[in-house]
Parts: sequence; structure tokens; C-alpha cells
Amino acid sequence: MAGAIEHERPAVPHRGAERGAPAPERLPRLALIGNPNSGKTSLFNQLTGLNQKVGNFPGVTVDRKTGVAQLGGQRRAEVVDLPGTYSLYPKSLDERVIADLLYNPLAADYPDFVVVTVDASNLRRSLLLFSQLADLGLPAIMALNMTDVAAERGIQLDVVTLERELGVPVVPMNARKGVGLAALRILMADRLAASPPAGRFWQPDAALRPLLAEIRVHFDLPNDYLALHYAHQFRQLHFLGEADQEFLQVLTERAGFDSMAQQAAETVARYAHINELLLEVVTVTRTERREPASNRIDKVLTHRVFGYLIFLAVLFLLFQAIFAWAQYPMDMIDQGISALSAAIQERFHGPLVRLLTEGVIAGLGGVLIFIPQIALLFAFLAVLEETGYMARVTFLMDKLMRPFGLSGKSVVPLISGLACAVPAIMGARTIESWKDRMLTIFVTPLMSCSARIPVYTVLVALVVPDESWLGIFNMRGLVLMGLYLLGLSSALLSALVLKTVLKARERSYFIMEFPVYRWPRWKNVGLTIVEKVKAFIFQAGKVIIAISVLLWVLASYGPGQRQAQAAAQVQQQATAQRWPAVETERRVASARLETSYAGTFGHLIEPAIRPLGFDWKIGIALLTSFAAREVFVGTMSTIYSVGQDADLGTVQQKLASEKDAQGQPFFTPVRALSLLVFYVFAMQCMSTLAVTYRETKSWRWPLGQLVYMTGLAYAASLFVWQLFS
Amino acid sequence: MAFFRRSAAAVVTSPSAPTRRTANDLRTGETATVCCLKDPEMALKLLEMGCIPGTQVRLTGRAPLGDPLMLVLGDEEYTLSLRVSEASTIQLKD
Repeated sequence: MAGAIEHERPAVPHRGAERGAPAPERLPRLALIGNPNSGKTSLFNQLTGLNQKVGNFPGVTVDRKTGVAQLGGQRRAEVVDLPGTYSLYPKSLDERVIADLLYNPLAADYPDFVVVTVDASNLRRSLLLFSQLADLGLPAIMALNMTDVAAERGIQLDVVTLERELGVPVVPMNARKGVGLAALRILMADRLAASPPAGRFWQPDAALRPLLAEIRVHFDLPNDYLALHYAHQFRQLHFLGEADQEFLQVLTERAGFDSMAQQAAETVARYAHINELLLEVVTVTRTERREPASNRIDKVLTHRVFGYLIFLAVLFLLFQAIFAWAQYPMDMIDQGISALSAAIQERFHGPLVRLLTEGVIAGLGGVLIFIPQIALLFAFLAVLEETGYMARVTFLMDKLMRPFGLSGKSVVPLISGLACAVPAIMGARTIESWKDRMLTIFVTPLMSCSARIPVYTVLVALVVPDESWLGIFNMRGLVLMGLYLLGLSSALLSALVLKTVLKARERSYFIMEFPVYRWPRWKNVGLTIVEKVKAFIFQAGKVIIAISVLLWVLASYGPGQRQAQAAAQVQQQATAQRWPAVETERRVASARLETSYAGTFGHLIEPAIRPLGFDWKIGIALLTSFAAREVFVGTMSTIYSVGQDADLGTVQQKLASEKDAQGQPFFTPVRALSLLVFYVFAMQCMSTLAVTYRETKSWRWPLGQLVYMTGLAYAASLFVWQLFS
Repeated sequence: MAFFRRSAAAVVTSPSAPTRRTANDLRTGETATVCCLKDPEMALKLLEMGCIPGTQVRLTGRAPLGDPLMLVLGDEEYTLSLRVSEASTIQLKD
């Protein structure tokens, strides 16, 4: 029954002829494909380790993870990690990547063979995808993963029979622990010149033959099944030109091709076949009839009371980690950078040294300082994801999120938004529904991200006393929490408003499988952290250092002779009024700053921000921190350090010593609050706008975010300052 | 191989079919067999996730607000989480 029903042309050879022989140094390419939660990521990490690159699939915005794997016998191969899927009929944007890759033998990325990860504890469902891949005629190896889970459940698999029936090599393994990996590597090296599996699982209906034959001839396709997928999916295949799509449109319409009914029939027929096959392969011996451990754990973790309590506890732990634990390494980085600057300034002098210390090194410090928080947050998220708890959070939160037009799946991006909106918005890809996804992307930047933390902490520490309320609640902590809640509620309310504006484009599904609970693999967690920290340093970091240097230049130099004139004027006054040398120096520096490019900039926008309680110095910071919020602190530090003993005081001390015209402290609680509220709402982040554009493929969304959030910030600050000052 | 020859129409009934119990009507802990899937588009998703006619389903619980719910499927006993609106497209055998 699994034997070849029809002898078809092999899938691969004809492509070499059309593209010319591949360059000799090109590594063989293999694609990893499998169901969600089948251990695909673990296998990818085991195969490639730190040799990973994250890029993009051409034309779309789905992460394309590739790596180089060391195979048996000193051979190497490039591994592409494909998004998890249940079938070759895509139901989400992510899954469309697979169709684009596998249906086009001419694609640059077209794999030489596929490694299909299969969950041994749920072979029936995993085989659906495998059987489709086999019918496409792709050379394949089956990585029979999670054999430990299967054994725990008393499931025995006859691998020899399975191999014979499927016609491909089957490697039993436990990718998380690395069991079976050596065998897989050797097999992969062996199979580099693999032939497609002999088995055919399913044949399209005879009535479709003429249609499929026509498609096959037109596109020169190796088999009927691939032709069938063209008939099903031509509207979504990026590599087809408009003329080709038109052609298929006409053809399928003429043949009366009913895509939905055909798909349903195919899936049912495949399962029937698989069920028969499994009779020979699977034996289940259960010593005692009892529920799997995961189902018992679920009774607690999704309990109506304990479920939420535990989730709250997890969130609490997460916040503790970001705010308290991260503080120690952050202080060390801060002190290290200060010490380095001071040491250099002690030994060398001149404008270049100032550029190095006040520009470059200060900027570098601003980047490095975030590593502990980013690492900790992604460690947490990776553990939640790895253990399978994240899916339960989705389950618990779905009903709560739905009134706001969001789904349980929005919770993960929103929570990730507490670290950084950039990865969070990218994380929204897992949401299949277009509308839910757009809503989530739009409101995620309102969640208070870690880049706001420095702004919050500096300003809160400046005006809120470090005292306890009722002896237990730290006042600063309370204010900080209030800011976070303000961000959260504005995100939810904004979604609620947008929900009514936006029209859905497609069906939204919630259905998902609960992965079984597992202990996290620390290697996977570690690789996630490395990936995110690297992305931050090399993407956001570049911007921050560049802005830092630019700022230093803007604050140190001015248009024409104005700076020199202002300085000379102050000097004259000093001589006339006999100021002490220190006082003179401070006033000269202050005058120079006010006449610098940055000062000119700040003065220019002062009329617009005066109603919010901001002066030109804050105006400078608002403009520069548009690149990234954390630049605010750097800017304030730079601006206020000019004229003071640079690097001697903290930003806080510098701000606290700032006086207004009456000689009172400039940063009153209300002024600080107005500024804080501004930062809660404002879209002060170039990177977020860029990533929104990338994810939505339209400037409408990022521009909408910019206008909406800045407007919200302006209105809120105006409200605070006008009402309370 | 009975399913093999069945047309898709037999799997996916029209919404006007006589009202059967659906997965949403199950009591917690109750087991039943899937008869057919009401919504053609939803059916595709359910089918590929292994919820095919003839499969046993057991309701193991609901989220605290009654929605979504957890269904344990088949001999493999894997858990799907779905919304009430989705579960009520799964019709059960009497």
C-alpha cells in the first residue's frame, strides 16, 4: 500500500540543468520541518550550536534561521529551520514561507533534502505532514523525536517496519538530550545524494488528472501532487508571476476546482492510510490507566483560582528579575565605564579625547547597560516557552483579552513588549488572524519597554522620596508600578478603540495544541539570550552610539561665531564683576551650550513644549531620544554635564542641582510627572517604527503609531502640567 | 479505508443539518466520538490537527471564564485548546 503507485520523475535533477551546475563550494542545504512542539528548535540548536544566523525569507518578514551543521565524515551542510506547521496547506503567514520554499525547485533556498521532526508520542498526527512531504517527492530523513515521552506513555514503535513502510531512514532520538544525534549526523552525511522516498501515500482524485496534467506541463513540475498544491495555493505563492496566477485562476475555475472540499478529503484519506500503517508499527502497553502527567499539572496551572495566582507569581518574579537582580550587573557596567572614562581623561587631553570619552565611551556604556535586563527577560520568556507554560498563559488570558479585540496569543507579544517592542512586534507573527495581529502590533509599543526604565528610574528617583508607605510599600516602587499600569491600560484601551475601526480580512483561529510540560533545555535558553543580546547590540547599539557621538558634536559646536561671542561676553562680565574662576567657567560652558546647535534646536521647539512644562534643554532630549528612549538619559547627562565636573556626579545629581529662574529646583514633582507621562505614551523609538513597517509592509501603520502615540503623549502631559502646576 | 471513498461533503455537513450535540456541550470529564465538522473552513484546521470523524474527544476543563476549553484527543491523549465558537463546530455521535 505504501509502494509506488505510479512511477514519477524524480523531483530534483531537472533543476541543476536549468540553473547550471552549482558552485563547487556551495554547501549542501537541508531544511528542518515538523509540527509545532515536535522538538524542531532543539534539533536545530543541537545541530548548529552557536553557528546560527537569523535573516529573512525573501519577500516576507518571517525569520529565517540558518546554521551550518557538522555532519559525519567531516562533511558540512547548511540547515534552514522552517516554521512549525501541521500540514503543507498554510493557515498563517509563517506557514506560507514553507510553500514558497518547497514548491519552487528554482528557489535559491531550495533544499537538497528535508529532515522531518516527528513526535513519537503522537505519530499519527505527525505523519500527516510527513506523508505530504513524501508525496511532493522530496528526499527525506525522519527524526523520530521525543522517544522518551513515548516510552513514558508505554508506546512502542517498530522502527524497522516504519522505515520499510515509509521508504526513508528513521532515526529514533531525543533531540533535547542529544540522544540519536550522532546517528542522525552520519545518516545525513550519507544521504546528501539522497533519492526521494519510494512511498506514495495518496493520489489526487482521478477526476483532477486533466487539470493537474495541464499544470504539470505548464510549470514543468515533477509530479501530480506538486501540481495539486499549485492549484490550491497559487494566490499565495510569491514566486509565481501575475500571468502564471492568472493562468491558474482560469484553469481551476474552468475545472470547477473546490479547494476546501479537496483539502478536507485529502486530509481524511491520509489519516485513514496512516491509521492502517500504524496498526503494524505502534503497540501501546499501559501498565496502569492513568492520565499523562501533563494533564494532571494542567489541572493546577489552569485552575480558576490557582491558575491566575500562579501566573501573577510568575509575572512578579519576572519583574523582580528585571528590576532587582539586573541592578547588580548594571551597576558594575556603569562603574566600569565611568572608571574607564576617568582614567583616560586623567592621562590624556584634547578634543579627540573628549570625543572618545564623552561621546563614544558614554554611548557604549548606554548600550552595555541594557544587556543584563534583556538577557534576564529573554531567559524568562525562553523558559516559559520551553516548559510549555506560555501556551497555558494564552489559554488563561484569551477570554480576558477578547473584549479588547485581542486574543490570548496577544499576551505573549504584549508581555515581551515590557522588554522591548522590537522583538515583541516580531513575536506577533504567531498570531494567525490579520486583525488580531495588527491590533497587537499597534498597541505593543504602549507597553512600558525596558528602554523606558532608565527614564523612569532617573526621574522617579529625582522627585519621589525613597520612603515606605505603611512600612511595606516602597514609594518609588509604587510610582513605577503606576507608570507600568498606565502603559498597560492605554495599550488595552487603544486596542478597544482600534478594534471598531479595523475590518477583519480573514478567519481567526485560536485552536492550538498544548505542548507537554518539560524541563527547559538550558542550551536553548542560552542560545535565545545570545541571539537577542546580539541583535540588540548590533542593531539598536549602532544607533545609540552614533546618536551619542552626534549629540556630543551638536552640544559642543555651534553655528558661526555665536558660541565664541557668547563666551567672550561672559568673560567680560566675569572680569567686570570679579567672579571666581570656577563660576566663570561654569557660566561660559552654559553660554556655549545655549548657543550650540543642540541649544538652537531646543530653543526652536520650546514654544511647542512650554505648555507641557518643558524647557529647551528637555526639548533637546526629546528630539535626540526619538532615536531610542534611553538616549534621553544620555542626553540629559551630556547637557547637564557641560559646565559641571564631567563624570563626577550621576545624572540624578546633575538634574537635582538644576535651578529655575527663581533659584528653586527645576525638576519639581509635577514637572517630572509630566515628563514621565510623556514617556509612557510617546513613540520615541525609531527602531520600533522600522520594525512595524517591516512587519506590516506598509507605512500606514508606523505613521499611525507615531501620530497616535505622540498625540496621546502631548495631550496627557498637557493635562498633567496645566492641571497640577 | 471507508473514509477514502467518502466525499468531503460527508465529513463536513451543512449548517442546516439536525442539531447534534457539540464538543461544547460536553460535561467536564465526559468522552464522546466526533461525528462530523460543521464549519468547512474550520474543519480544515481541525482535521489537520487530528480531530477527524471517529476520534474520541474528552473535555478536561475550561478556562476560568468558561472559554476557551481543553479537549483531549484520541489514543495519544494530546490536548487541544479551542474557543467555544470553535468547539461548537465539532458535532458528536449520539
